Amino acid sequence: MEHRWGMAIDLDRCTGCEACVAACHSENNLPLSDPDQASKGRAVHWIRVDRYYEGEFPDIRMKYMPVLCQQCDEAPCEPVCPVYATYNNGEGLNVQVYNRCVGTRYCANNCPYSVRFFNWFEPAWPEPLALQHNPDVAIRPGGVMEKCTFCIQRIQRVKRDATGDGRAIADGEVQPACVQSCPAEAMTFGDLNDPESEVSRLAASGRSTRLLEDLGTKPKVFYLQRAK
Amino acid sequence: MDTAVEIRTDPLRSALWRPLGGISRTYALALVFAFMAGAWGLACWGYQIVRGIGVAGIRRPTMWGFYLVNFVFWIGISHAGTLISAILRLTDAGWRKPVTRIAEAITVFALMIGAMFPIIHLGRPLVFFWLLPYPNSRLLWPNFRSPLLWDLTAIVTYLSGSVIYLYLPLIPDLAELRQHSTGWRLRLYRLLSIGWTGSDRQWRALERAMRRMAGMILAVAVSVHTVVAWDFAMAVAPMWHSTIFGPYFVAGAIFSGIAALLVVMAIIRRLLRLEAYVQPVHFDNLGKLLFLMSLLWFYFTVGENLTTWYGNNPAEMSVFGERIRGRFAPYFWTMVGCNFVLPFMLLSNRRVRSIRTVTISAVAVLVGMWLERYLIILPTLSHPRLAAATGFYAPTWVEISITASTFAAMTLFYLIFCKLFPVIAVWEYKHVAHR
Repeated sequence: MEHRWGMAIDLDRCTGCEACVAACHSENNLPLSDPDQASKGRAVHWIRVDRYYEGEFPDIRMKYMPVLCQQCDEAPCEPVCPVYATYNNGEGLNVQVYNRCVGTRYCANNCPYSVRFFNWFEPAWPEPLALQHNPDVAIRPGGVMEKCTFCIQRIQRVKRDATGDGRAIADGEVQPACVQSCPAEAMTFGDLNDPESEVSRLAASGRSTRLLEDLGTKPKVFYLQRAK
Repeated sequence: MDTAVEIRTDPLRSALWRPLGGISRTYALALVFAFMAGAWGLACWGYQIVRGIGVAGIRRPTMWGFYLVNFVFWIGISHAGTLISAILRLTDAGWRKPVTRIAEAITVFALMIGAMFPIIHLGRPLVFFWLLPYPNSRLLWPNFRSPLLWDLTAIVTYLSGSVIYLYLPLIPDLAELRQHSTGWRLRLYRLLSIGWTGSDRQWRALERAMRRMAGMILAVAVSVHTVVAWDFAMAVAPMWHSTIFGPYFVAGAIFSGIAALLVVMAIIRRLLRLEAYVQPVHFDNLGKLLFLMSLLWFYFTVGENLTTWYGNNPAEMSVFGERIRGRFAPYFWTMVGCNFVLPFMLLSNRRVRSIRTVTISAVAVLVGMWLERYLIILPTLSHPRLAAATGFYAPTWVEISITASTFAAMTLFYLIFCKLFPVIAVWEYKHVAHR
């Protein structure tokens, strides 16, 4: 395996501004929901900011936790798909093959992080939003599952550029939209295979934890926070 | 009916063949109503295919809803027939004669309906065949690690097995009918009776085939509902990931299957005037079996819930709490009432047990078992491990229409079946000579 992509998110830095959510929306051509669909819980956000409250009112501290696909090594979503529409692509990414998906939604039920999203209808964008689609990202048809890809289109572009220049990919050269847009610089992306990379260093730090780690899913998103 | 079956003076035949000819007012009304309700369901499905699965109420995180509840429910009903009839055949229970074919037909129809639901529920139903392992130029195969694939395999096996199992004991009756029919009925029965002459050799072959099928279908039936249970139990979701699910589902399926059989028997004996054949003793015996399954169901339910509660795992407790005293509590306690309290009161006492009370219990059990499947699927999905994703489900008119129309479809299939084939095997009454 040449690369093993991973992410570190510093929860002590996250301000909950949701810039990552907005950036993800425009980078990845996420379908829009009207208020009616959104109120039914059908809004699609490949990355969302969960809120946790600490302490008793009025002495409350709010904590934010951006949750995206954890790109598990032992992903529970993968074996349950009857048509191999989701699998581990060899660079540690859980990829979703939209063309192959038939929409059983079993993967979403088996995802402990609830980060898989379904296209309940054919997607539609009001003008002029339909004109700002990212040409590097496929539009998903109705009836298929979708989720965070770690901006695989950006990974591919950097790999292509690096191969063309005949050099290795530099640490920090690949930046998913959420990482790039984070004003607090709470998110770091990189290659976990490279022990010198920033993300490897953060993942090995004493502040590093992983979400629902006890399920044995081996996520590749590392959350950094002060130990209590 | 112009090609009415010729009825001779034989009292057995005249009683059991009589329903084949002539259409009563009630029958015609039921047929029209069932057809219209079924057609409405198909129209709703068409609307769903055109607009998208979003016209159903399913959402994130409750990605599965009514459709999968109905799927498990109807596959459960399908255990009526084959399983009960196979047990009665293998143990050579003398009272089985009027019950077996009624039961076997339920199995086939319930499976036909149940097997539709995984397709109805797909996001892209038109490409459902991608789940089938067929050779193709792109060398794409389905994923055999997925419980859904096991499910598909089990259900296709069970459906083909049950059709054979329903068909084999029909052959002698069809041959007999062939002798006494004209017109299209003659052609139909001649085709289906595949040259049956009733020779000793044929009887021996048929008996052997039926015995083997009974044994095999038992194993298949148990495996089918175990695999349906594993669709849930293989997931890491709280209160799904449980070893008890296999046997729990099998017991529940037999339970609801017997209930369905009793309801159909009660309707048929009135509608087709078969009171002399479908007798109180059959209701009494099956009522006892229903009572036994009710106790078994209660045992499993206590076993599942007590261990969860005592274990006190937070992720499971949020599902457990929602079921026992939260949003789903009214359904939960209705289920306990329908599946245990009422059958216990009506069936445990010989003096209370009658056709009426047995039928009432059976209807209650059907309601209770539908609720049980609802309570298995929805509370777990409503409470994912990350509390921030919690969300609740409400069905839309599309799901309710399609659900209701499946009951109409069952009625329709049954009404047509009992005009084409005798619902009680005539030969089983006569068939002693060759022994």
